[in-house]
Amino acid sequence: MLKSLFHSQIALGFAQAALASLLALAVILLARRRNIHLESDTAVALLRGIVQIVAVGSILMLLLKGPRWTSVFLLTGMIIAAGSISARRAKNIPGAQKVSTYSIAAGAGLVTAIMTWAGVIDTAITTLIPVGSMIIANAMNTNGLALNRFRSEVLSHAGEIETALALGAAPPETVARYAESSIHASLIPAIDNLRSLGIVWIPGLMTGMLLSGASPVYAAIYQFVVIAMILASSGLTSLLSTMMIRNHAFSPAEQLVLKGDA
Amino acid sequence: MSAPPDAVILRAEHLSRIADNVAIVNDVSLDVRRAELMGIVGPSGSGKSSFLRLLNRLDEPTSGTVFLAGQDYCQLPPRELRRRVGMVTQRPFLFPGNVASNLRFGPLQRGETLPDSEVSVLLERVGLPGFAPRDVVNLSGGEQQRVSLARALANRPEVLLLDEPTSALDEAAKSGIEELICKLARETSLTCVLVTHDRDQARRMCQRVAIMEKGRLIQTGTPAEVLHA
Repeated sequence: MLKSLFHSQIALGFAQAALASLLALAVILLARRRNIHLESDTAVALLRGIVQIVAVGSILMLLLKGPRWTSVFLLTGMIIAAGSISARRAKNIPGAQKVSTYSIAAGAGLVTAIMTWAGVIDTAITTLIPVGSMIIANAMNTNGLALNRFRSEVLSHAGEIETALALGAAPPETVARYAESSIHASLIPAIDNLRSLGIVWIPGLMTGMLLSGASPVYAAIYQFVVIAMILASSGLTSLLSTMMIRNHAFSPAEQLVLKGDA
Repeated sequence: MSAPPDAVILRAEHLSRIADNVAIVNDVSLDVRRAELMGIVGPSGSGKSSFLRLLNRLDEPTSGTVFLAGQDYCQLPPRELRRRVGMVTQRPFLFPGNVASNLRFGPLQRGETLPDSEVSVLLERVGLPGFAPRDVVNLSGGEQQRVSLARALANRPEVLLLDEPTSALDEAAKSGIEELICKLARETSLTCVLVTHDRDQARRMCQRVAIMEKGRLIQTGTPAEVLHA
């Protein structure tokens, strides 16, 4: 229906985005009736999302005409932004932003670099940026989940942690159990994505490849490759961030500093 | 030469802790003598538990310090300090597993494995003979607090801090734990600092009592001197 109303592709895109946003807002209003207030968060996120993605699209349009190495700068910028966004899930943990940025850089950066070096990800900007951003975005989500879970676990087990400290335990030892459960919980979405691949969902990348005329079997295998890369980078990110953040929950005198309401 | 029995083992010097711009512990100085059972008494919010947490450096003093056997505790590694100054809290916070694994936790942090014989001795001392293989989830409140005491004793502390150890227990369990603490202090010459809001309990258990109010130490003396009816 929309296609018949809009003849310009850009205008059609904005109309489609508006319709999708309306659907999201309708769900938020439904949640509001049950006293779940997500209105302002969602409105800001939707607005930010459309501005950011249009900006990236515009930058990509310019970059496509430039040299390939420029994609490194764009991916680095994405990693820094991802670190900043997911650190917000670790409220009150000092150093969370640094930990998040380093972990995402190591997890997503290493996997992207290895796969690009091996030729699995093409160095063309049109491939490297979308695939790299998928890996970074998933690493960011996993990192946010891991830090958020770790924070909740520590806050709700402060008594047990301080009891262990009072018995002479080393700080990392006192939160090891909670770090492990945080890693596990943060990887559930990535593992479930891999498990349900092709059965429950056909991801966008595969759809795009099919639309652009690639062999369905190759598109399917490549999609598996991307999801497996996402699992690898998310796993590494989660592992590194929980390993690093557990030291930030304590002072140099080995006192639990992460306190408050869970 | 061994120290005289009334030698000071723990000295708090001008200890203060300010949190959110409030002095929850305000310039408290206190001497605790070797082998005595010292009570810290005061109403809720008087800062007595906050003061106790400063003694094993679970919280950092804003100013002042503590001397353990003459040594400034800031010079001691925190883990060594906490091994030497043990703590039992209102809730026992036992770790998942059996009683023996809880008792072994402290020594294990230093790479030591507590032998079965020592586990048995500790459990007998707290009145729980044969409890070693029991899962902690099957213990009553009083039994859990006894395990918590034995777990703290497994580290062979020089001072034991007791933060309202009976306030979560029923009357029968409460008097059992009171008797146990007094017996342990008497038989092992263990120095104990007991925080309680219950003046009668302090009168029953302690040789000396310090009264705290609004973060300040206002009086120190024998129960007869400072705990008026």
